[in-house]
Amino acid sequence: MITARVLIRPKEGILDAQGKAVERALPALGFEGIEHVRVGRIVELRAENADRLEELCEKLLANPLIEDYEIEIA
Amino acid sequence: MIWGVLQFPGSCDERDALHACRLARVEFGDQARLVWHEETDLSGLDGIVIPGGFSYGDYLRAGAIARFAPAMSAVADFAAAGGPVLGICNGFQVLCESGLLPGALLTNTGTRFICRQGELVVGEADSPFLSRFEPGEKISVPFKHESGRFYAPPELLARIEENSQVAFRYAPGQNPNGSLNDIAGVINEAGNVLGLMPHPEHAVEAFSGSTDGLRIFQGPTRAAGPVGVAA
Repeated sequence: MITARVLIRPKEGILDAQGKAVERALPALGFEGIEHVRVGRIVELRAENADRLEELCEKLLANPLIEDYEIEIA
Repeated sequence: MIWGVLQFPGSCDERDALHACRLARVEFGDQARLVWHEETDLSGLDGIVIPGGFSYGDYLRAGAIARFAPAMSAVADFAAAGGPVLGICNGFQVLCESGLLPGALLTNTGTRFICRQGELVVGEADSPFLSRFEPGEKISVPFKHESGRFYAPPELLARIEENSQVAFRYAPGQNPNGSLNDIAGVINEAGNVLGLMPHPEHAVEAFSGSTDGLRIFQGPTRAAGPVGVAA
């Protein structure tokens, strides 16, 4: 078995409404000078092998129209 | 018309959709029934509605998991055979995730769930669902969603516009979610699949303030024979 971690994030250039909301909250909490906050997802999974992980990402875990993904294998 | 209204775990607007389907052409005795997400036999049905709600909890992305429901493979065959398919709100998201409609729906720019009556302008799209409207006409229906920001990459967006696939736009100044080009609903290239974020099925009775939504359900009429195909 392998352990994989898939990082999914909004594509550059697409307004990330969640990231913006987090960013706007920061000054009120005393965090200055933080910008370009983007919120994505992590999916961790175990699989027999990595053969179909790419396909899994393309078909389900990410929507290639709006999201980029990276697969990290532990 | 005999309509099938899909029901996923987490759907919540299917009852209003059933009501709209039955009411639309009551003089023709139109019928409607629920289609459970595990069903694959759509034979005998003349039209499909994919209703609003939160299919499978909307986990991962709205509509991402529903796309793999057995009923959705049957809907893809039904659509390919020319059968009319209407996706409302979550149903629109499911159709985009399935690739039956172009584009994607993102979280509203304001990150908030919105729920209010609003106006749409009917587009120039050629679709049976729009046959009871005039292009440019304004209609009033509820806006009710959190992930309704229509997005398509520039080339795809240009193609959607060139092909006149925009079925509805938010009226000027009323775009509630940051949708590109104020797009509220699109059709597929063949015109038999329509998806929109606002809720025509909630605008079919005078007490709710508008019956404009009814005309969407009045558009499709039964083809020569049932187009439903068993998967």
